Amino acid sequence: MSRSDVLVDADWAQAHIGDPHVVIVEVDEDTSAYDKGHIPGAVKIDWKKDLQDPVRRDFVDKTGFEALLSERGISDDDTVLLYGGNNNWFAAYAYWYFRLYGHDKVLLLDGGRKKWELDSRELSTEVPERPRTSYTATEQDRSLRALRDEVIEAIGKRNLVDVRSPDEFTGRLLAPAHLPQEQAQRAGHIPTARNVPWSKAANEDGTFRSDDELRQLYEGEAGLDFGKDTIAYCRIGERSAHTWFVLHELLGLRNVKNYDGSWTEYGSLVGVPIELGEAR
Amino acid sequence: MTADGCGAPAGGASAPAAAGRQAVVEGKVVHQGAAVCPGYARLLGTGDEFVAEVPLGDDGGFRFFAAPGSWTLRVLAPGGLRAERSVQADYGQVTTVDVTI
Repeated sequence: MSRSDVLVDADWAQAHIGDPHVVIVEVDEDTSAYDKGHIPGAVKIDWKKDLQDPVRRDFVDKTGFEALLSERGISDDDTVLLYGGNNNWFAAYAYWYFRLYGHDKVLLLDGGRKKWELDSRELSTEVPERPRTSYTATEQDRSLRALRDEVIEAIGKRNLVDVRSPDEFTGRLLAPAHLPQEQAQRAGHIPTARNVPWSKAANEDGTFRSDDELRQLYEGEAGLDFGKDTIAYCRIGERSAHTWFVLHELLGLRNVKNYDGSWTEYGSLVGVPIELGEAR
Repeated sequence: MTADGCGAPAGGASAPAAAGRQAVVEGKVVHQGAAVCPGYARLLGTGDEFVAEVPLGDDGGFRFFAAPGSWTLRVLAPGGLRAERSVQADYGQVTTVDVTI
């Protein structure tokens, strides 16, 4: 798999607006941006309402995912092009999520909504009507997803990549600096984790850095052993999905998992080890 | 938007009634007398280390909840518009940085 198999630029997206075999999907936690204007023809997925179980903390199940995609008019054979705000965090999460449920014809728009806006490309408020489909998903591919017990077991054995900001990693902040900090969790990071903030993988316009730059970042600067299995985490699993995309899809590493429970789970577990300060 | 999520709402998250233990940095971005939207405000640390980013609100507004310290605020907008300001954030204070590009 190469970069062009998973990542496309805005010109590609522009050229495929109206393509009956390509469904453009905007994914975000706050979908008000979609409502104010989106790539023409794009449908929306709400990261929270559509992809998270409304009661327990988990994904919607296979049946729920099938119902969602059927309702959005997405077929098993469609190529799905994902993009979103927040430098594609939630679009990358959706990409990972689509792959979990076996949809392999999925692409990410390089730079996401931000680059589209900064390039002054057309946005539309028209909501497309797509005929309902009968989507069939596979069971979750658990080789892409880490749960808490596996993360604890991985301490000191596998690469653990904490992709939050340095202030979150060291314990000075509990959340990204664009959010209030008043929460009741422990601060810090999982012992033996390396801190490689997601932002280091992206250029200022939200596009991904080159493969050579990314390889140097993770292997050269952060000292990840590319021969070992890797688990990425952040706070709720969407920034680490961005890093999962880099490691697994762009750099082609095998055995990379995203820990979507991330710090909001780990930092609230009783009795697990936590480190404060810089990486040791 | 609640702290359950992680995304940056346009304009930044709602401000608490008082800064409390927050170090709040907020402001508005204007170009030729009009609010800039769409656009992005980025908070950068030493050596341009990325800290956070929010899309500008309809009124050109942004808000960050930073750690105390010295930061650089960088604004990006369509048409290649850019601006940078230095900002000092402290606990219990709301620091206002209005930017005219």
